[in-house]
Amino acid sequence: MTNDSAARAARLAAEPLRPAGPRPGFLTGTLQSIRDVLAHRELLGLLVRRELKARYKDSVLGFFWSLAKPFAMLLVYYVAIGKFLGAEQIPGRPGGVPQFAIFIFTGLTAWQLFSDIVVGCTGSVVANAGLIKKVYVPREVYPLSVVGAALFNFGIQLTILVGATVAVGQFPTGFRWLYFLLALAVLITFSTALGLFLAAVNVYLRDVQYLIEIMIMILLWASPIVYAWKFVDNALDGPLQSLYLANPMTQVVLGFQRAFWVAGDGEPFPANLGESLLISLGISVLLLWLSQRVFARLQSNFAQEL
Amino acid sequence: MPTNVIEITDVSKRFVIRKEKSLKERLVNFGRSNLHKDDFWALRDIDLSITSGSTVGLIGPNGSGKSTLLKTIGGILQPTSGSVQLRGRLAALLELGAGFHPDLTGRENVYLNASILGISREQTDKYFDAIVDFSGIEPFIDTQVKFYSSGMYVRLAFSVAVHVDPDILLVDEVLAVGDEPFQRKCMERIKGFQHEGRTIVLVTHSLDQVAEICDRAIVLEHGRVTADGAPQEALRVLRADFEATRQVEIEKAQSREEGAKATPRARISGVQLLHGETLAPVDSIEPRDSLVVRVDVEPHAELADWMLGLAIDTPLGVTVFGTNTQLLGSAPPALTHGTSFDFRLPDLSLGEGRYSIRLALEGLDGQEIHRLPEAAHVEVHGDGRSQGSLAVAASFAPA
Repeated sequence: MTNDSAARAARLAAEPLRPAGPRPGFLTGTLQSIRDVLAHRELLGLLVRRELKARYKDSVLGFFWSLAKPFAMLLVYYVAIGKFLGAEQIPGRPGGVPQFAIFIFTGLTAWQLFSDIVVGCTGSVVANAGLIKKVYVPREVYPLSVVGAALFNFGIQLTILVGATVAVGQFPTGFRWLYFLLALAVLITFSTALGLFLAAVNVYLRDVQYLIEIMIMILLWASPIVYAWKFVDNALDGPLQSLYLANPMTQVVLGFQRAFWVAGDGEPFPANLGESLLISLGISVLLLWLSQRVFARLQSNFAQEL
Repeated sequence: MPTNVIEITDVSKRFVIRKEKSLKERLVNFGRSNLHKDDFWALRDIDLSITSGSTVGLIGPNGSGKSTLLKTIGGILQPTSGSVQLRGRLAALLELGAGFHPDLTGRENVYLNASILGISREQTDKYFDAIVDFSGIEPFIDTQVKFYSSGMYVRLAFSVAVHVDPDILLVDEVLAVGDEPFQRKCMERIKGFQHEGRTIVLVTHSLDQVAEICDRAIVLEHGRVTADGAPQEALRVLRADFEATRQVEIEKAQSREEGAKATPRARISGVQLLHGETLAPVDSIEPRDSLVVRVDVEPHAELADWMLGLAIDTPLGVTVFGTNTQLLGSAPPALTHGTSFDFRLPDLSLGEGRYSIRLALEGLDGQEIHRLPEAAHVEVHGDGRSQGSLAVAASFAPA
C-alpha cells in the first residue's frame, strides 16, 4: 500500500456513510437540495452558457434572433391594435393609451421572460434525457439553467427598454424602481415554481409541453399587456375584477408598467398594487418550495421514465 | 481493517412495463389498467459491501442487471426497496462525453463535461493542457465537436474522464472504445487509479479484463448475485452458466429441426486421463509428461462424417492448446456401437496450474453433436521456477 492509498483509506474510514442519489423525505430534504444545487453552481453556469451559445451558434445574426420575436410582436401589436384599433393616444383622440410603444414593450418584456422560463423549463428535463440517464447531478440544474439563460435574454431586452425610455425623454426615476424590483422578484419566483413543477410532470406526461405552449399564448391576453388596465376596469367589476387582479402575472405586468411607463402616470392603476405584489411574492416563494419538493419527489424515477 | 465505501442492503429494483400509453387506451381500460402492466425485477435482494481500494468487476449475461446495479450505486436510479450507502466522492463514467454539445467547440465541451463529472473549474484549468495532450487532437480543440470524427470525439471525452478525482469510480463498458494503443492507455490509467487506492466498480463483457485487473468479481443473473469472490471462481461460474444456456439453445435448435425425436445422434459417454507410458489413470502430471486422453463415443444410430476436438484451457478460459481429428488428418470411421479413441499428447510442456480438458463431437457439416466444456481436469505440479502456462527448462547465466 502506498502512502497515497493509505491516506485515502484513513480519510474514508472517518467519513460517515451517505445515501446514494437524492435524499428521501418530503420535508427534510429542502436544505440538502439547496446545498446540492449550490455545490453545482459551476456546472449551472456552464449549462447556462451552453444554452446561450448553442442556441444561435451557426446563424449569421446570432443573438439578434432572440430579440427578433419581441420586436416582431411589438410591431404587430403596435400597428394592429395601436393604429388600426385606435388604442394609441394621439392628438385629437383622447381616451387612448399614451406612449403606446413603450407601454406594449414593457408588458412584452415581462411576458417574454415568463414564457421563456415556463416553456423552457417544461421541456428541460426531457431535453437533457441523455445526461439524466448517465450522470447524477441534482436534476434541478437543468430547469435552473433555462432560468439563467432566460434572464440573460431578459437583460438585453430590458436594456433596450430603458434605452427607449431615455430616447422619449421619460427615464424612470426614484420609487419606480422599487416596483420593478418587486415585480421582477415575483416574476422569477412564480415562473420558476411553475417551471420546476411542469418540468417534473412533463417527464411522466409529455402532453404537458404542448398544452403549456397553448396556455402561454392564451394567457397573454389575461394580463394587461396589449390593452391597458383602464379598459378592464371599465368592463369588469366586483369578484370578476378581483379574479383578474389575482393573477400574479397581471400584477407583475402592472408593476413593470408602473416602473417604465412614465407616460401612464395619469392613467388609472388598481389600488394597493405594492401590497398585492408583496402578497404574491410570499405565495410564490411558498409555491417555489412546494414545487421543488414535488420535483425532488418525482425525480427519483426520472432516469427510468425517460 | 478496510472500510466499506459502498454498502448495498437488500436492494431490489422493479421496472413497470406499461403496454399502453395513449389517452384512448387509458380511458378504455380505465380501472383495469393493472392488467396492462408488467412487472420486471431488474434487481432482486442484492446485498453487497465493497471495501475501499478494491476493484470489483460486475459480470453477467445481457439483461442481468449489471448496469442497473451500477446506476443504483451512482444514484441515477433509485431502488424500489433497500438502500445504497456510500462514502467519499463518486464519479460515474457510464458514457463518454456526457453532455457534449455538438455545436460547442472542443474547449467548451471539455469544461462542460469536466464539470458534469465533478471536476472543478480550477482543476480543469490546471489539467487542460494535459487533457488536450492526452487526447492528441490539439489542432482541433477550437473546432465545433460536430465536425470531429468519432475517434476524435471519444479520445477527447476519454481524456476528460481520466482526469476525474473520485474515491469511487463507476465504469460501464466505456473502456471498450478507441484503438488498441488507446485502450492500453486506458488500462494503465485504471491501474494507476488502483495504485492510488481508489475503489473501482467495473461493468464489462470482456472477461479477460476482469481477470486482469479485478480483485473481486460479482456475477449477476436475472437480477440476483450468483457468485461473488475471486475473479477465477466467478468467471468459472459465469462460463458454466453461458455453457448451460448454449446447451439449452442447441437442444432447442435440434428439436426444432428434428421435430419430435430430440435425441442427439451420439454422445461422449466417458473420458479418462491416462499416463503416457504406464497408461495408468492420472489426475496430476509433471511438466513434460505424456498424457493420453481416452474418449468413449457412443452413437445412438449410425454415426458417420464426424470429428472429435480437444482443447486444454486455463481456469480463466484461455485455450492453451487445441486440436481435432480433422487437423490431425485422421478420418474416424463410421460408428454403429460405442468405441474408444485415444488422443496422445506426448511431452506436454504445461506450466504449473490446473487445466481443464474440453471435448467436442461435431459433424463434418459443422453442426455440434455433443460438447463437454469441462470433460476432465488435470493438475500440473511445477518446480516453482516459472509462471504461466508454458513449461520451459529455463536458466540464467552470464553470456
